[in-house]
Amino acid sequence: MLIAQNITKKFAGVTALNNVHLELHPGMVNAIIGENGAGKSTLMKILSGVHTDYEGSIIYNNETLKLAGTKDAEAKGIVIIHQELNLVPGLSITENIFLGRELCNAIGILDKREMTRAAKKLMEKVKLDVDAGTLVGDLKVGQQQLVEIAKALHTKASVIIMDEPTSAISDKEVDNLFVIVNELRNEGKTIVYISHKLKELFTIADRFVVMRDGCSIESGLMSEMTQDGLIRKMTGRAVSGTRENSSQVFTEPVLRVHNVNLKNTSRHASNVLTDISFTLHKGEIAGLYGLMGAGRTELMETLFGLHPKRATGDMYVNEQPVQIQSPIHAIKHGIALVPEDRKAHGLILDQKIKSNISITVLNQLEKWGIVLHNRKETNLSKAYIQQLGIKTHSENNIAGNLSGGNQQKIVLAKWLATNPRILLLDEPTRGIDINARFEIYNLMKKLAGEGMAILLVSSELPEILTASDRVLVMAEGRLTADMPVAEATESNVLKYAIQHNITA
Amino acid sequence: MIAIQKNNALNLARLQSLIAMVVLCIIIAIMSDKFLTMDNGWNVLRQISVNICISVGMTLIVLTAGIDLSVGSVLALCGAITAGLLKNGIKLPTLDLFIGFTLLGSLLAGIIAGGALGLFNGFVITKFKVPPFVSTLAMLTIARGLTMLWTQGHPISNLGPAFSTIGTGWMLGIPVPVWIAGVVVLLAIFITRQTRLGRYIYAIGGNENAAILSGISINKVKLIVYGIAGALAAVGGIMVTSRLDSAQPNAGTGYELDAIAAVVIGGTSLSGGKGSIGGTVMGAVIIGVLNNGLVLLNVSPFWQQVVKGAVILIAVIIDKGGKKK
Repeated sequence: MLIAQNITKKFAGVTALNNVHLELHPGMVNAIIGENGAGKSTLMKILSGVHTDYEGSIIYNNETLKLAGTKDAEAKGIVIIHQELNLVPGLSITENIFLGRELCNAIGILDKREMTRAAKKLMEKVKLDVDAGTLVGDLKVGQQQLVEIAKALHTKASVIIMDEPTSAISDKEVDNLFVIVNELRNEGKTIVYISHKLKELFTIADRFVVMRDGCSIESGLMSEMTQDGLIRKMTGRAVSGTRENSSQVFTEPVLRVHNVNLKNTSRHASNVLTDISFTLHKGEIAGLYGLMGAGRTELMETLFGLHPKRATGDMYVNEQPVQIQSPIHAIKHGIALVPEDRKAHGLILDQKIKSNISITVLNQLEKWGIVLHNRKETNLSKAYIQQLGIKTHSENNIAGNLSGGNQQKIVLAKWLATNPRILLLDEPTRGIDINARFEIYNLMKKLAGEGMAILLVSSELPEILTASDRVLVMAEGRLTADMPVAEATESNVLKYAIQHNITA
Repeated sequence: MIAIQKNNALNLARLQSLIAMVVLCIIIAIMSDKFLTMDNGWNVLRQISVNICISVGMTLIVLTAGIDLSVGSVLALCGAITAGLLKNGIKLPTLDLFIGFTLLGSLLAGIIAGGALGLFNGFVITKFKVPPFVSTLAMLTIARGLTMLWTQGHPISNLGPAFSTIGTGWMLGIPVPVWIAGVVVLLAIFITRQTRLGRYIYAIGGNENAAILSGISINKVKLIVYGIAGALAAVGGIMVTSRLDSAQPNAGTGYELDAIAAVVIGGTSLSGGKGSIGGTVMGAVIIGVLNNGLVLLNVSPFWQQVVKGAVILIAVIIDKGGKKK
């Protein structure tokens, strides 16, 4: 049993953890639940040796543990799988799994054959079906995560901390993950599972610990808890956010896409996108669902002009044919893209909130055609900070210091500043807490109400079904379904997402 | 709260280099009574003016996460072009044609040539995706070779008193090169802090992908930045040529390293997106004071290089320490 006792951790005078008490049981999946900023990540960083200066004690199997660092934690059998994956993109899957603990033969030369063999075995266990020599950088996020899990399995850890493991993977992969987690639990390992997705916690977790504002609020058995009860404990109040599905009819087309194809980067492989056609109407929220690798992100990127050389097909904005060869053209035609990976593609983390929001509209913030109008810029960012409820003291704070939900709102703000007609949202709620999530749903509803056309890509089926007016489904680069949300159910959407051979 | 702390850390790093410079000055002043004289002060400033011009261009490039190794050669070539045009004009005997250049004309031609060489760097980098390190390394050799061709390996000297004023003259009690460097610095501060171009430079260095998605023409920005750096190298070349009243074919050798040193000591991150012109000026001043002090203290030139290298290391290590916490 791993016990954290009276843990207090301060950052520059700000208390991140306040006298936290935690018991993690072996042979169980221990869920840590709380909003972003509740202190989960900090606590996990202490348990895994990332932070070594804190008050309180950690007791593991009746011994006080004083971790010197992550290596030390690993040696003691505690491994963390981070929300932001820690892999080297330029190395192969095998090399990543064995990074820092390479196998060598008698004379100290890398034993590649043995490592490949072991890697294949681990990959089989996590059901990752690619060549072990594939570069990690060439894998999709979901697959990279499986590599990360394989890596943890390889270290024979007895305590495995999973921070938002399902935030980026498809439902099928979640099922796969749960099978693995169940196996590990049955082997008597202590699983610590952090997730915002309550539904999956009820599927997988045995115990829960609720954290709020740096304190541990309550713990107990999952079976004795209800979803509403948990939400109340997390937020201190009940939240209702499901929207009654609209029966509105949308008639005014804003974006029409006809026979869009996207070639693969390697010439011999099949198309990434094949004959995609659909229409997005004014005021409509269309949810685009698909499993990992279905081509959703690629479709968004193509619409935004990121693949001008590989893409073919016709696009019409307000029924006018448009050529979108770059993001600059896309923006000119009123298209905005909130990308899937906000840290890699959405934000400049080291810069101020203000500079991040204004970057898309700097040309409108100039006086005399050359000098930036500082006051206008400040006012613009202040307006969005207020409108979107970005939690920060000042627009001059550094974007990278905010929580995931607030960062996502900054990305939204910078795109809303361009006054788009068409808003492409790629996984806008990935890795953000439940309150921020509902705020984003409400915002989408409001924007649609004002006439914006929204294309929402999500890996979470319930999100698609609650937030959209219409549901599009993709499978293996093709659009396999396009239906009003009233006709969509979890089972039929999933069916279209899996079976792509339905006649098109 | 954390953000405020981070800003403080950055300011602290700059404060540290300021303190280091003051300490350095005090030590030199104690050991040599010539250091704290007006003459010597102007002398130091005049000497660093060239490095400041180059370093400012280098800072803009480094902020985009690039680098320019060609500035020293470009400086030599443009100095030689200016000197050659001023002295000899262009003679085309086959066409029986002679084009003479006024002082202003030859200066403009030199600066335009510098800008063009910089643009070529930018073109290769953006069009063919050649890493800046490699493409500007190639330009370092090419421009040096062109300098040798243009000068036939011989200095071009005796360029006239008007031209000499640029490097050696005074205006309102301040040396002309210091005026030039001052204007360059002010313009660069204005660009980095008050214009769209400046924001784009920081954005590209901070996160190139996000910059592309935000609709920034990153290729255009890079072209401009490399062009500016080339033109500033030419300005430096003109100042060097004027001070010596002679364009030396091997002028500016190794200047790119002094410029990079000034940028790094000034706290600009080589991975881009973080740093400032003010920091670079401070870096250039530290290097200049150090050079001057070591000469005044009769330190052997061999030891001077060792000391300079050590100072760069120490400055960067202190800077890192300041940023970590």
